[in-house]
Amino acid sequence: MQTESGLKVKIGLEVHCQLTALRTKLFCTCSSDYRSSEPNEKICPVCFGLPGTLPVLNAKAVEYATMIALALNCTVANRSVFYRKNYFYPDLPKGFQISQYDKAGGVAIASGGEVEVGGKRVRITRIQLEEDPGKLTYEGTIDKSTYSLVDYNRAGIALVEIVTEPDIEDAREAKVFLEKLRSIIESLGVSNGELDGAMRCDANISLAGGARVEVKNISSFKEVEKALNYEILRQRTFSGNASSETRHWDERRSITIALRSKEEEQDYRYFPEPDLRPIVLEPAAIASVQRAMPEVVDARASRYANEFGLSKQLAKELAANKDLSAFFEECAKLGQGHQEMAGLIVGELSARPLPAAGALPPEDFAALVKMIETSAITRAQAKEALREGLRTGHRVVDVVKQKNLSAVVDERAIAALIDRVVAARPGALEEARGDKKSFSYLVGQVLKEEPKAQPGVVAKLLAQRLHGK
Amino acid sequence: MKSRPPVGAHLVPSMVSRGEMSAEEYIASMFERIGRLDSSIHAYLQLDRDGALSKARALDHRARRGERLGKLAGMGVAVKDIICVRSLQATCGSKILEGFVPPYSATAIQRIEREDGIVLGKTNLDEFGMGNTTQNSAFGPTLNPWDLARVPGGSSGGSAAAVAAGMASVALGSDTGGSIRCPASFCSVVGLKPTYGRVSRYGLIPYANSLEQIGPMGREAEGVSLLFEAIAGHDPQDATSSPEPVRPLSAGGIEGLRVGRIKEFFGEGAQPKVKEKVMDGCERLETLGAKAGETSIASLPYSLAVYYIIAMAEASSNLSRYDGVRYGLSVEKGAADWNTAFAKTRSEGFGEEVKRRILLGTFVLSAGYYEAYYVRAQKVRELLTREFALALKKFDVLLGPTMPVLPPKVGEKVTPLEDYLIDINTVAANLTGLPAISIPCGFVDGLPVGMQLIAPRFREDLLLKVAIAFGKEQGLESPPLGEAA
Repeated sequence: MQTESGLKVKIGLEVHCQLTALRTKLFCTCSSDYRSSEPNEKICPVCFGLPGTLPVLNAKAVEYATMIALALNCTVANRSVFYRKNYFYPDLPKGFQISQYDKAGGVAIASGGEVEVGGKRVRITRIQLEEDPGKLTYEGTIDKSTYSLVDYNRAGIALVEIVTEPDIEDAREAKVFLEKLRSIIESLGVSNGELDGAMRCDANISLAGGARVEVKNISSFKEVEKALNYEILRQRTFSGNASSETRHWDERRSITIALRSKEEEQDYRYFPEPDLRPIVLEPAAIASVQRAMPEVVDARASRYANEFGLSKQLAKELAANKDLSAFFEECAKLGQGHQEMAGLIVGELSARPLPAAGALPPEDFAALVKMIETSAITRAQAKEALREGLRTGHRVVDVVKQKNLSAVVDERAIAALIDRVVAARPGALEEARGDKKSFSYLVGQVLKEEPKAQPGVVAKLLAQRLHGK
Repeated sequence: MKSRPPVGAHLVPSMVSRGEMSAEEYIASMFERIGRLDSSIHAYLQLDRDGALSKARALDHRARRGERLGKLAGMGVAVKDIICVRSLQATCGSKILEGFVPPYSATAIQRIEREDGIVLGKTNLDEFGMGNTTQNSAFGPTLNPWDLARVPGGSSGGSAAAVAAGMASVALGSDTGGSIRCPASFCSVVGLKPTYGRVSRYGLIPYANSLEQIGPMGREAEGVSLLFEAIAGHDPQDATSSPEPVRPLSAGGIEGLRVGRIKEFFGEGAQPKVKEKVMDGCERLETLGAKAGETSIASLPYSLAVYYIIAMAEASSNLSRYDGVRYGLSVEKGAADWNTAFAKTRSEGFGEEVKRRILLGTFVLSAGYYEAYYVRAQKVRELLTREFALALKKFDVLLGPTMPVLPPKVGEKVTPLEDYLIDINTVAANLTGLPAISIPCGFVDGLPVGMQLIAPRFREDLLLKVAIAFGKEQGLESPPLGEAA
C-alpha cells in the first residue's frame, strides 16, 4: 500500500504463542496453568534456574509445535537444535533463554511456510520452540519505575515463535493475519489465544528504504493495530528517515517509546545448548503427527464446500469458528438442508455467546431446519423461535408449537396478497419482468405484508404472474 | 579410638552389614581424623557430623535387625562442593554462592544414599572448578597431604586430599578438563573420569556442560569401583545421560591387554623423571601380562586451545545466572538500576580466574568471533574424537602421565598460560568424552606421580580392572602426617 506520503510500508511480525494446552512447562514438570496462581507459586529448581538443575524436553511441546508448523505449510526439520540466547534480565532465571536459532549452524524446528490472508500470501520465515521468561511488574511505567517485582511463574512456559517475512502492508492487514493465525492455532487445540498474554507480538516496521524499527511488548492482538498505526504515523513524520531502533509499546499511553538503538543492539552470543540433545523428527513421525492432528481452518472450509455443498463464503465463515463448526457437524449428521443449517448457525449463533451445552440440542436445531426445508415454517419464523428459545431457555421445537408458528403456503391466500401488493404499486410488475432486483423487491414487499408467507411459494406465484399465467 | 580407618574402603560395607564393624565407630573415627588433620590440610569446607553419625547409627541398628544394607553401607563419602547435597550449603568455592542451600540432591548423591553411603561433608575446590591447584578458592587453599608446601592439584583438590589423608573412605569429584585426575595424581589416589553421559550431571553445578562428569576418587581402585557402580547409569533428569547399560567388572587379570603409549603424552613439556616413572609403570603392566606399544594422536597439540575455548564459552553462559536476584550474594548498595546491581554483585562475588574465563568465553562467543573460535574448536574436537577412536581400535587402553609435572609448590608464581599448560594430558578425554583414570604410579623425590589410562566409551570396567591389578602390584603408601602408618 502507498501511504499518503507515497512510502510503501513493510511489516514483519514475530508472534509468540504459548502452548496453553500443555499441562506442564517446556523443560520441567511444573504446572503450566499459572494464571490463577499467586506470584512465584508455580516454580521448581529447574524453571527457577537453580544451579545444577537440567532441562528435560517436554515431548508433547514438540508435537504441538510440529502441528502448528504443518498447519502453516512449513517444512518440519528432521533434526533441529536448541540454542542459548544469552542476555541479562531480572526475569530470566538462568541468564539465558533456551531457544532456537537459524544462524551460526542452528536449525529451527520448521521453516518456509505461508498463510493465505484475504487472497494474498504472507510467508512464514520460521517457527521455533523456546521458553517464556518470567514477568516483571513495574510501579507506574517502564521508564519511570523505581523498582520492579519479578514473578517466575511464567518462566519456562512453552512458546512457539512464528516469524513472518515483511509481507504485510498495513496495520489492518496485520490484524487480519493475526486473527487468521489465531483461528488456525485454536483449531489445532494447542493454544487458547483468549487467555491473557497467551499470544503476543513484536513487529518490525519500515517505510520504503527507511530503517527497520522493532516494536516490542504488544501484549494482545487488539493492541497490534493501534501500535502499528501509531508507529507508521510516527515514521511518516520522519519521511522514512526513522533511525534503526527498538521501541516499546506503552499500552496505557498508546505510544511507542525508544528502548535502544540498533547500534547498541545486544549481542546474544548464541551457541548450541549443551544440556539438550537435538530434536530428531523422522519423516514417519512427522507424517503421524499430520494424520492425527485436527483439521485447520482452510482445510475445513474446503471440506464443507465439497462435502456439504456450502457456498464458499459461508463455508469460510463457518470454518473460522471452531465451536460453531463442531456444532454444525453434529447437526449435519441429523438431517439435510446443510446450506440452510450453516447459514442459520453463522447468522444467528456467531454474534452471541454460544448456548451452554445442552441448551440447544443438535436434534432440535436439525428439526428446526427441517421445518424450513419442508416449508412448515419460514426462515424468519425459525430465527424467531431460535432467539426466543435461547432467551428463555425453552426448547426451540416447543417454542414453534407454543407460538403456533407456521408458514402460510395456501396459494390462494398468497395470490390475494400479491394482488394487493401489485395493485398498490403501479408499474412494479413491468419493472420486475426483466430485472431480478425489482423481482426480489416485490417478493420482499409481499413478505412484509404477511411475514408468515412461505417465500418459495410467493416467488413461484409472482413468477407465474409475470409470465401471464 | 584408632587413629586410622582400619580397613580398605571397599571392605566396609560387608563388615558393617555383617555386624563385624560398627558404622558409627567407623564414621566417628573419620571425624576424629578430620578434627586432628584438617586444620593443616583444609580439605573440607563444611562437615555434616551430626547427620553422618545419625545415619551411621541407623545403619548399625538395621544391621543388628538383620536387614539387608546397601552396597556402600557405612562408607564415608566426601563430596566436592560443586555437587548439590540437599540442605548442605553449596558454595562452588565462590563468594557469590555463599549461603546458597540447594533444596535438592544431585542424582549421584541420591544413589549413594540409596546404597547407604554416608556423606561426611563438602570439600574445597578451585572456584567453580576453574583451576588445577585448589588455590583459587574463596575460602582459602587446600594443601597436599604428602607435602604441605605443595598444592594438592585441582580442582577436586579437597576430595583428593581428604581420601589421601584417610579423612574419607571415598570421595566424589567432578572433571571438566582433568579436575579429578590431576589431584588424584598429585595426591597419589585413584580418580576416575567416566564416559560423558555415564553419570548423571543433575545436581552438578556446571562449569562446562559438554565436557564434565561427576566421578569417584579413593585410595584404592576397589573402593572407586564400588562408588562408580553406585552412581553410574541412565537418569531421566539428565538428557545427556546414556541409556547404555553399565558394564560390571569382569573377573580375571589383564593378560593380553593391549596398552598404547601416546607419544604426545611423553612430549617435551613433561618432566623427565615423571616420564620415566610412568614408563616404568607401563613396564610393570607388561609384567602383569599386558602388551605395550606406541601410538600417536596427531591433533593432541591443539587440544588445550580447543578445550579452553569451549570450556570458557560454556562457562560464560553458565555463570550468567549469578546476578544476585534470586539467591547467593547480592550487592545492591549504590546501584540505581538492575544492570549496575548485577555488575556490582558479579564484580564482588567472582574471583579473578573466574572473571578471566567469563571474559574470554564471552569474547569467543561474540558476533564475528564465534565462527573463528567456537565453531573451529568444535571441528578440531570432532577430529580429535576420530583420531582417538582409531587409536582405540589398535589398543584396548591408551597410556601416559596424568600430569606432566610433579605437584607445584604453594605460591609458586606462574602466568595463567603456564598454569593452563599442565592440563595438556587430561583435557583430551573431556573433549572426546572418553573415560579416563589416574592411578598412583609411585613417587619421584617423595612426590606422587600418576599414570593415566584412557579407554573406549563406556569401558570404565577395563580401566578399573587395570587399576585394581596395578594397585595390588604397587601396594599402598600413606602420606607422612606425623603418625604411625
